[in-house]
Amino acid sequence: MSSRPWVPKILLLIPFLYLLIHGGIELYHHRHFHVPVVAGPGVQRVARLSEYSPRIKGTIADTPVFILQGKEPGGKALVLANTHANEPEGLLVALIIIENAVVDKGTLFVIPQFNRSAGRNTKPGDGYPLYFEIPTSWGKKKFRLGNREASPLDQWPDPDVYIHYPDRQLLSYIDVRNINRTWPGRPNGPLMEKTTYAAMELLRRETVDIAVDIHGAETMFPVTNCIVAPEKSNKIATLASMTVKAREGFDSHVEPSPQGFRGLSHREIGDYSETLPFLLEAPIPFLDQPTGPKTERFLIDGKDPFLLSLAKKKKLFVPYDESGWPLEKRVGQHCSVILEIFRQFGRRNPEKEIVVKGVPKYAEVVEKGVGSYFHDPAQAPPDRVFLD
Amino acid sequence: MIMIFYYLISAYLAAMVGWNFLRERKKIEDLAQYLIVLIPLLLRILRIK
Repeated sequence: MSSRPWVPKILLLIPFLYLLIHGGIELYHHRHFHVPVVAGPGVQRVARLSEYSPRIKGTIADTPVFILQGKEPGGKALVLANTHANEPEGLLVALIIIENAVVDKGTLFVIPQFNRSAGRNTKPGDGYPLYFEIPTSWGKKKFRLGNREASPLDQWPDPDVYIHYPDRQLLSYIDVRNINRTWPGRPNGPLMEKTTYAAMELLRRETVDIAVDIHGAETMFPVTNCIVAPEKSNKIATLASMTVKAREGFDSHVEPSPQGFRGLSHREIGDYSETLPFLLEAPIPFLDQPTGPKTERFLIDGKDPFLLSLAKKKKLFVPYDESGWPLEKRVGQHCSVILEIFRQFGRRNPEKEIVVKGVPKYAEVVEKGVGSYFHDPAQAPPDRVFLD
Repeated sequence: MIMIFYYLISAYLAAMVGWNFLRERKKIEDLAQYLIVLIPLLLRILRIK
């Protein structure tokens, strides 16, 4: 090195500071970006999850709970979205319900961002885009693309092995931040367990009849395009599956919830409360591994030449062609399946009917596009706009 | 509580790496590696990533 050793140090510090500041600012903005949600005519109250377990008050886990109360009493349902924040269909369905639904009978609890921390996390190793946009009649609505797990900024460190509570099943270390492995939770566990405990308290105290957890899954994963249901939910799931197939022409088969795999919503909600749980999966090609770049366009249209090649070799678990698996189909499927689960539950329990108007079905979402159901926050009364 | 302890460990490691960067006078490769190692530590301490 030269007689002036600080020269190379300064030359190295320049790109270092550029990477740190430029990358850091992007990540900071992503974590603090707020998505406006316009509370529709059906929303009576916006509560916080900490109302059901004060231990999460003041933490990032204290997520908004939108409550849509019907004019008549009936059944109660909880819709959970963004359990995995890299499966954005759930969030979009929840927002369609919040911004458009009117409940005639029964009560709906909607949590659009169940894992708020994961919604502020990202996956740079997989080249995830930080945001995605949905075109609407009033412009583009921008959303954060999150990650499957909560951010280590909110729950750290990870253990070597996650020991599930209360079954003590050994799970992968990363599952301690995967909120769909920490059910039923406990009030004094890690943040994700505290969050699921609060949701369990909501289900038990409000005597919720149905819980729907909205997800997406890889086309190469066998549990995709389906309703995952435990034994107690199986009949309603089967009837809903058959009805959407017959009336609306899309497949969403029923997968049994395994008894030996602990921590999942479709297992633990049913085992630790009176609620009937359902977990919905729609295929998201973006989540598959052998694909091209993980771009925003790919997230939206689901088109990928590598998956197309694999489909021709019959390596996928869903039909796949040049049209991909676009967002409208995925969101539309979830809307229709949720409405059909409510309808089937009401047929078996007339005193606990849940009658919801204003939520589009599959064909309508495919025709009009997801963006046509979002309202312009600039035109809405300020007290009806919630930022999260 | 354990989270705070891990932040303290990170700060200690970052300080050690930074100190080695300042002391190193010969190997440019080592200087570059010290800075690369510093990035995730600083992003975590600053609560950015």
